[in-house]
Amino acid sequence: MSYITLTYWDLALASLLILLNASISFAFQLGIGTKLLIATLRSLVQLSLMGLVLKTLFTLSSPYWTGFAALFMVLFAGREIMARQKRRFAGLWAYGLGTATMLMASVFVTGVALVTIAPDPWYEPRYALPLLGMIIGNTMNGISLGLHNLVEGLTRDKAAVEAQLALGESKWTATLPIVRNALTTAFMPIINSMSAAGLVLLPGMMTGQILAGADPVEAVNYQILIMFLIAGGVALGALSSVLSGVLRLTDQRHRLRIDRLVSLEKRPQ
Amino acid sequence: MLTVSGLHRSGLTPISLTVSPSECISLSGPSGSGKSLFLRAIADLDPNQGDVSLDDRPRESFSGPNWRKKVAYLSAEPGWWSDAISDHFKDFSHSLPLIERLGLPPDCGRWQVSQTSTGERQRLALVRTLQNDPQVLLLDEPTAALDRTMTNIVETIIQEHLVLGCTVIWVTHDKEQAKRMGQRHFCMDSGNLTEGAL
Repeated sequence: MSYITLTYWDLALASLLILLNASISFAFQLGIGTKLLIATLRSLVQLSLMGLVLKTLFTLSSPYWTGFAALFMVLFAGREIMARQKRRFAGLWAYGLGTATMLMASVFVTGVALVTIAPDPWYEPRYALPLLGMIIGNTMNGISLGLHNLVEGLTRDKAAVEAQLALGESKWTATLPIVRNALTTAFMPIINSMSAAGLVLLPGMMTGQILAGADPVEAVNYQILIMFLIAGGVALGALSSVLSGVLRLTDQRHRLRIDRLVSLEKRPQ
Repeated sequence: MLTVSGLHRSGLTPISLTVSPSECISLSGPSGSGKSLFLRAIADLDPNQGDVSLDDRPRESFSGPNWRKKVAYLSAEPGWWSDAISDHFKDFSHSLPLIERLGLPPDCGRWQVSQTSTGERQRLALVRTLQNDPQVLLLDEPTAALDRTMTNIVETIIQEHLVLGCTVIWVTHDKEQAKRMGQRHFCMDSGNLTEGAL
């Protein structure tokens, strides 16, 4: 495989585009100049560190270090799921529910991926970590969309859910309209990107492989595999997190337990 | 017979009360005094402590949904979970005679919930509650949005259920209505329930 190595001068040239963005922000007084600057610096530092970390992990090729990196990624993504919720579960559930379901879904799907691709050894970080990263990224989105819509739906449509409960319906029947909506919203991004794949967008991984000199047909095969894996991860993660969310926000007596949520917006006293 | 003994939850001091079959008690009191909290606690819609039983059978021996099929709570602002009115009924044609008695046209099943008035929804919600043939009716201001004529019809329908042995707790702000419907009268004030004359 051969590809053109980028020099730091190339990057500096491309960074002029960011300066263009920043000057637009100043010209129109968008007030995002500072944010843009920080985001740029963050991506620079984070990606450079990631490059170094990956390089080290690849040389080590140890199941323990690979596992440790995977765990770190999952825990960080769990924090991200929690940060995106406006209303959170009270107590440890706020972090635990999203993280646990994501861990389950992404580890399972990455397992399927490693069995399919069968690198040798199976924990070969060059395959395991990027795959896990892509699966986690999408599963995380699915779970946070699903949970967000479940929680908002149950809060907003409390009267509708309780109307069904008062008529003697089970918690599953009573919450079904909201569960349906939460799951549809969670699946929408991956369905959209699968529909547009190849026509509108050339997925990043495929582009990367092609740039690195891989046969486009081979790259496409990888991309299709990844799409299916992502869809599986999103489905598994969204379903398990939304259903656990229903279990947590209802109880044995089939009551709606909105009181197990805490809102981040403080009420005016 | 509905027996409530030492029922309490946040916002209520322990309440004990027995209501017989064919008996209707009226419940009044200022807004926010805990009337709805009390009814919701009996229907087991919120966490609560104390003993509630139906014909000496404790509430715990029923599943939550089975209890609420027998002890039905009709909210003052009933919720709707679908667009079309008929989606909210198990068998709309079966409920139609009662719906028509309440002054609504036979084609109202096709109406959108968002296009109905508060009074229409209140009547439809009552029919919806009655389709389970509950033994106990916990009615939270069921005629608040209705005119005189419709209020009379609702009162007549509930009277018919009382004759058949139903037990009713009726929350109302209207003293005349409390007199017409209630055999005993209760008042809720800051979570304290007292029996008394009107």
